[in-house]
Amino acid sequence: MATIVVDVMLKPEILDPQGKAVASALPRLGFTFATDVRQGKRFEILVDGDPTPAQLAEVEKAAETLLSNPVIENFTVRVEK
Amino acid sequence: MKIGVVTFPGTLDDRDAARAVRHAGGEAVELWHDDADLKGVDAVILPGGFSYGDYLRCGAISRFSPVMEPLIAAAKGGMPLLGICNGFQVLAEAHLIPGALTRNQHLHFLCTDQKIRIENNNTAWTNSFSQGQEIVIPLKNGEGSYQCDDETLKMLEGEGRIIARYVGENPNGSRNLIAGISNERGNIVGLMPHPEHAIDALTGPGVDGLGFFTSVLKTMVSGGMK
Repeated sequence: MATIVVDVMLKPEILDPQGKAVASALPRLGFTFATDVRQGKRFEILVDGDPTPAQLAEVEKAAETLLSNPVIENFTVRVEK
Repeated sequence: MKIGVVTFPGTLDDRDAARAVRHAGGEAVELWHDDADLKGVDAVILPGGFSYGDYLRCGAISRFSPVMEPLIAAAKGGMPLLGICNGFQVLAEAHLIPGALTRNQHLHFLCTDQKIRIENNNTAWTNSFSQGQEIVIPLKNGEGSYQCDDETLKMLEGEGRIIARYVGENPNGSRNLIAGISNERGNIVGLMPHPEHAIDALTGPGVDGLGFFTSVLKTMVSGGMK
């Protein structure tokens, strides 16, 4: 069994108020390392066996259609064993 | 004149939208998300609420409901379609209008009586207003910040497709104070604030919202958007 991971992030030019809220909460807790934080989504999709190129192409299509909104978000697809 | 009001699982404002249609003098027809049948209506409203619990992204799952297939085809053919709040988000997810609605800049849910200015009274849903008319209707959303790229914003401004703007302080971070936009033809309108809650002084801040519903009746009487 393998896991296909789809990471979805807001495009850099789109304001991310949640990330900003996290960035401003960190120093309040004494964590001073961050200059900025962006928050995204991670989907873990389980498949039987090693994913075939055709399956990965399907996942790409699903990521573009449903998992992300290409108007405001970018996504990446990778396989985790 | 039959105006359909779609109910998705999690829709809240379908009853108020149907009531607004009746107040304006139209016949409200209930449409069900899981039924790919528009029941012969002349126009459709996608009302507000939290369809599918706002899971994934607001409107992202509703956009693929069975009712959306005939609805998208009809709207592309010129049928008047109004998306209010969550309905606006569904229109954006369905790419019937450009841009997207994102989390309010200040992250808080807001619920207020909001002044907006009608910037284009030449659409299927705004022709009962005068150009530049200022009205007050409720605004209640968590993800109402209208975002798009610079090129799209320039196009919307240039083509008069920003149909309503917030007056005063920006309530949610929307670009250029956008409260509502239309498609090129002016038959499809997305609106973040809620006209259906302002059609009766007893239950809302006034009757300013009624104009959206009388507008579409006028549009249909005069033969639709050319």
